[in-house]
Amino acid sequence: MADVVQVVGTDDPVRPLFSEAGELRADARSGLGLDAAALRDLYQKMVLIRRADKEALNLQRQGELGLWGQYLGQEAIHVGAVAALEPTDWIFPSYREFGMAMCRGVDPAEMLTWFRGLSHGPWDPRKYAFAPLAVPVATQVPHAVGFAMGSKLRGDDDVVLGTFGDGATSKGDWHEAMNFAGVFRAPVILLCQNNHWAISVPLAKQTAGSIAERAPGYGFPGIRIDGNDVLGVFAAVRAAAERARRGDGPYLIEAMTYRMGAHTSSDDPTRYRLDSELQAWSAKDPIARYQSWLQGQGLLDEAAAAAIDGEAETMAEQMRTRLRAAVPAPAGEAIFGRVYERPPDPFTEEREEFEASLEGT
Amino acid sequence: MEPVTMARALNLSLRDALAGDEQVLVFGEDVGTLGGVFRITDGLQKTFGADRVFDTPLAESTIVGIAVGLALRGFRPVPEIQFDGFVYSAFDQIVSHVAKYRNRSGISLPITIRIPFGGHIGAVEHHSESPEAYFTHTAGLKVVAPATPGDAYGLLRSAIADPDPVIFFEPKARYYMKEEINPELEVPIGSARVAREGSGATIIAYGPTVSLALDAAGAAEKENISLEVIDLRSLSPLDMPTILTSLQKTHRAVVVHEAPVFGGFGGEIAARISDDGFDLLEAPVARVGGMDAPYPPSRYEKLYLPDVDRILEAVDIALAYG
Repeated sequence: MADVVQVVGTDDPVRPLFSEAGELRADARSGLGLDAAALRDLYQKMVLIRRADKEALNLQRQGELGLWGQYLGQEAIHVGAVAALEPTDWIFPSYREFGMAMCRGVDPAEMLTWFRGLSHGPWDPRKYAFAPLAVPVATQVPHAVGFAMGSKLRGDDDVVLGTFGDGATSKGDWHEAMNFAGVFRAPVILLCQNNHWAISVPLAKQTAGSIAERAPGYGFPGIRIDGNDVLGVFAAVRAAAERARRGDGPYLIEAMTYRMGAHTSSDDPTRYRLDSELQAWSAKDPIARYQSWLQGQGLLDEAAAAAIDGEAETMAEQMRTRLRAAVPAPAGEAIFGRVYERPPDPFTEEREEFEASLEGT
Repeated sequence: MEPVTMARALNLSLRDALAGDEQVLVFGEDVGTLGGVFRITDGLQKTFGADRVFDTPLAESTIVGIAVGLALRGFRPVPEIQFDGFVYSAFDQIVSHVAKYRNRSGISLPITIRIPFGGHIGAVEHHSESPEAYFTHTAGLKVVAPATPGDAYGLLRSAIADPDPVIFFEPKARYYMKEEINPELEVPIGSARVAREGSGATIIAYGPTVSLALDAAGAAEKENISLEVIDLRSLSPLDMPTILTSLQKTHRAVVVHEAPVFGGFGGEIAARISDDGFDLLEAPVARVGGMDAPYPPSRYEKLYLPDVDRILEAVDIALAYG
């Protein structure tokens, strides 16, 4: 059909790195160019963010947090994807990406003030190139694409990562953003964390087709990979990022993983999923797998692993202490302080009345 | 300067904004090559290039969504929603993100969303809506609607220059209204204007109903009734001082908009007057607007929309008090 233009080329530097099943090929694994320290660093980060996840759940159970959404089991994606990007490449997360935020340097205690009900956005996104969490599902994907379009307009060579779950791919914003990404050839990596569950709805009821294979319909390549292999995620995101940086446009990565915990601390997954499924995925645990691989390579002895565990305990203790010590902003500032850069007079009057009403209480 | 239409004034305003600040981007459906279905963006792509004035795929939610991303990147996006009735698919992006992004991030989003609105153009369904109250109800947005070519020029300059997001409603039935404009004249957001001075009652209008209110005031004058007309220009923030100053003189208020009266913006104006100016009133605040029914087929729109007779009827009732 002459009126259909293939906007984005079919070149795909990611696919050759993987088997048909989405496993990183042995030669690709050995050819990543990561030294021993970098390989250990990936392990350390996965252990730290898992410990933070556990600590946050404990804090929720102790009444210190209103809610917590575990990313247990998805650590390889969080760590591998962030490590594959430049620190200046923006990331647009959904609401389960606190592990990614930590990998970008966001203070875990500060980050938890979101769940403690103290702030809608505890970090400065510009400082970490890490956008605020987006709670309405899939709504962050158009932001990622728009930001990437801006990068291209400026002639900069940074790329953008937009990440979302399998449920998000049902939403209109996701499809619209995929379409814009293709049409404008935006330098964006669209990373689906397919954890098989959108609260209680399993993947089979979410979609009747392959998520990765939708990409060609929007004019760019996509691939389904093992999302519990940190090096596989790293390799895929890095190759897709290099491709985008060259000006070859967007790439969709569907990283298969499993939500080992509940949707959030308010959820009870025993009502809708089988224990046997959980057991099967436990055997593919991303940290245990990577630890075993590192040990096989002679890159992680018991003492080094124990030191990392100790570091994680120290971090958890600091999270507890620092979260409990978090000082709430004054109410006037918390409610009104950041709404407008140029607040209208009636808005300011309402704030002043409110603040005056607090005096003497 | 020769008199210009409101459509031309908006075009000049966009042109001057694009020329004055290279971060300004104009995009939406058909705004590039075609120059927009109402030609508001006519010739802009030719002058400023396809990087700064561009057509997008047909998807309102992501037109607004990319505006968020582009604003985070440091641009000043001016997306166009082609018709009032199509903004609903962008509602989530506007209400959940455009309005609230600064509150959660500290980063301002200087986005101006242009929306032609209102009826009286004989259109098919979804092309004549007045959705302003959905947006005035959302903190974090500023909502404006000019009624004249001069204000259209100046208010759009102010909206684009504003660091906060602005919903800019254009009264499409007035696109071809002509007047001389003064581009030097600043029209700040949040400031109403007295469109006609009078003493008997105050008609409060915005966008397409301002010229209707002026017609009503002209007709009333023949019966020796003096009506003041306030053109709000800005719905959020609302310029209450101008309204209350007028009521100190007239003591009677009639609010006119095309949107249905029930739950409409006129209710907010009436309530504010009751809160802040109860002692000034000699009569209840009257509201004249569309009916609490979906916008009708166009053959019926003249009956559905407020007209001079309905305004004067409300004025008569207000004047009969006290």
